[in-house]
Amino acid sequence: MIEITEGPIDHHGLIDQVRSNQAGAVCSFLGTVREMTEGRRTDSLEYQTYHEMALKKMTELETEARRRWPLLDVVLVHRIGRLELGEICVVVAVSSPHRDQAFESCRWLIDTLKQVVPIWKKENWADGNAQWIHPGINAGQ
Amino acid sequence: MEIRIRLFAIARERAKSASITIELASGARVADLRLELARTVPELAPLIPGSFVAVDEEYADDSVLIQEDSEIALIPPVSGGLGQAKGEGPDLKEEKREEG
Repeated sequence: MIEITEGPIDHHGLIDQVRSNQAGAVCSFLGTVREMTEGRRTDSLEYQTYHEMALKKMTELETEARRRWPLLDVVLVHRIGRLELGEICVVVAVSSPHRDQAFESCRWLIDTLKQVVPIWKKENWADGNAQWIHPGINAGQ
Repeated sequence: MEIRIRLFAIARERAKSASITIELASGARVADLRLELARTVPELAPLIPGSFVAVDEEYADDSVLIQEDSEIALIPPVSGGLGQAKGEGPDLKEEKREEG
């Protein structure tokens, strides 16, 4: 299941969703809003997406993961909009016959999602500044 | 031909708009679009070399031909991304690691 949502993510429900009698393993990853980044305090985050392309790239990720590992089910859900400290911004959940496949595919899915899916993060710093995070380009404040 | 370019994140903020329309000659490629966009909207110029261009929801290198009905977007690097745009998009099939 692939989804981009503006509301809170029910990660318990999503993890249950990938469980299966054929599975010996379920692995999940939750990305959450961190308060401190290199000594700087975050007040909230804001995520923006190129919705159509993001869904397309997430679907390609699922297809590629299923090609690499014998996955029984895959869930990729990303939240957009404003998120407060500690809230969940992204969930990856997979099920597979054996645990190695679940660990490896879950790790690959979150790493690759963060590289190829057009979803951007804006830091609303506690000092009042705001900053889009774009590694490699000097976007300034 | 008139080409509308969708903008996101820092680019949207700099241009103060979710999209920009520019004029391109037919037969133009992504490289031409980058030049013309920088010329039309100087606020975006510093961002363009480090950003990807998507054509019809696919990362496109500088040689890709632009059609009149192409859907074009400027894609600044994403937060967990590779941090550079060498004219073509990140490849799903290569394993690349970066701290999260």
